[in-house]
Amino acid sequence: MRATHWITTLSFLALLVTGVEILISHPRFYWGETGNALTPPLFKLPVPASRATVPTGYGYVLPDQNGWSRYLHFQSAWAAVFTGLLYVAWGVFTGHFRRNLLPSASSLSLRELSAVIAGHLRLRPPGADEAGSYNVLQRVTYLLVVFVLFPLVIWTGLAMSPAIASAFPAAVTIWGGQQSARTLHFFISIALVLFLLVHLVMVCLSGFRNRVRAMITGRPAFPEERA
Amino acid sequence: MNHLSRRRLVTAGLATAAGASGLAVAANLAKRYGLVPPDAGGLYGPGETLTYAAQRLLTRHSLAREFPPSRISKPPFPNEVYPLGDEFQRLRDGAFAAWRLTIDGMVARPAAFSLAELRSFPRRTQITHLACEEGWSYIAEWSGVPLSYILDLAGTLPQARYVVYRSFQTFWWDSIDMADALHPQTIVTHGMNGGDLPVPFGGPLRLRVPRQLGYKSVKYITRLTVTDSLKKLGKGLGSAPPEGGYAWYAGI
Repeated sequence: MRATHWITTLSFLALLVTGVEILISHPRFYWGETGNALTPPLFKLPVPASRATVPTGYGYVLPDQNGWSRYLHFQSAWAAVFTGLLYVAWGVFTGHFRRNLLPSASSLSLRELSAVIAGHLRLRPPGADEAGSYNVLQRVTYLLVVFVLFPLVIWTGLAMSPAIASAFPAAVTIWGGQQSARTLHFFISIALVLFLLVHLVMVCLSGFRNRVRAMITGRPAFPEERA
Repeated sequence: MNHLSRRRLVTAGLATAAGASGLAVAANLAKRYGLVPPDAGGLYGPGETLTYAAQRLLTRHSLAREFPPSRISKPPFPNEVYPLGDEFQRLRDGAFAAWRLTIDGMVARPAAFSLAELRSFPRRTQITHLACEEGWSYIAEWSGVPLSYILDLAGTLPQARYVVYRSFQTFWWDSIDMADALHPQTIVTHGMNGGDLPVPFGGPLRLRVPRQLGYKSVKYITRLTVTDSLKKLGKGLGSAPPEGGYAWYAGI
């Protein structure tokens, strides 16, 4: 099941790169159902575009990579969805979520929470008691990523599809329209990227070699043996 | 590796065999029920096949959303059009009186229709969303002849599986399966927002396929061909977009 982490990592990186490529063909965002180069945007990104029809203020057009980016984006999305379903089924079946991710009521008390946060702010390395389990901040964050951000990014992605919109119109109108879904898809992706960055920083701060070994082999981290 | 017991080996072997035969059965079923898109070969074939198959199972008869007149975008956005050339200009000067839409291939009665004939046919008017793969979109009122009406007139043969449509711009050609070809909202469009279809939006004639992205709604259509296979057309990928790296099925 640790393999699901790395398949998700690969899929996410592919989705990120291709998502950026697709985005720069029209780096403007709108709210509601429609939006185009002739309508005022909600906001636009200060980057050049890969299409000449978009007014960006830049005098040049980036190379267009939309074709393969779109193919790879959707293929990676399928891979991420299947892997995610497998992971969630396994997590429910083995009690992984209940045991390792659901924070206990006592850990959610103000005193406990502030102690964990203070420990993080002082960059105190995790104690030996934390080697085999997640602290409350990790638990809440992982639950948020698995059960809120990933489902939302998939939903808002699907809401942009004309065929899905025809079959499940409520899945689009609940967001205010297809352009709203596109804008939200962008922000949720940003949230996922922020999670990835913090996740990477945490892995590095808590001992890169031990953590990654644990993430690959499944054996818990232990003090460095080598001198 | 001391964990590798005989039981685990047997279990893993059985699971792999079950998985592989499951995939083989799924591939066969997909082929039999027409759930494999023409650009299914190659690196991105699995993703495309999953998308097309899933949507054909879920959305075969779904109707694109239609909007009230108040939602029509002002102004709509005409995407850039490659120069149409002198011959198009001559046709335009003649108010497109000489424009013809031919229908051939697997039909009992091949035919060619003028714009006047097409305008006299039953008309469907719908206010639908057009989304480009780039990310922009607009809503407009489109009116035209349902493609299914023209197919019935020409007498589609039972073995028909796709309708190929070609543009006056010969590098643009595309195709749809019968689910989309016979769909009531797939219309041979000659009117937009109450007037004739303007040239920048594909006038005089554009096929609107509202359940797919804008690039499937080819402008300046001149010819429909009914066929049972796309293998011998172009590079055999079903349409011009896959030859340029874009998916054949654009319902995403």
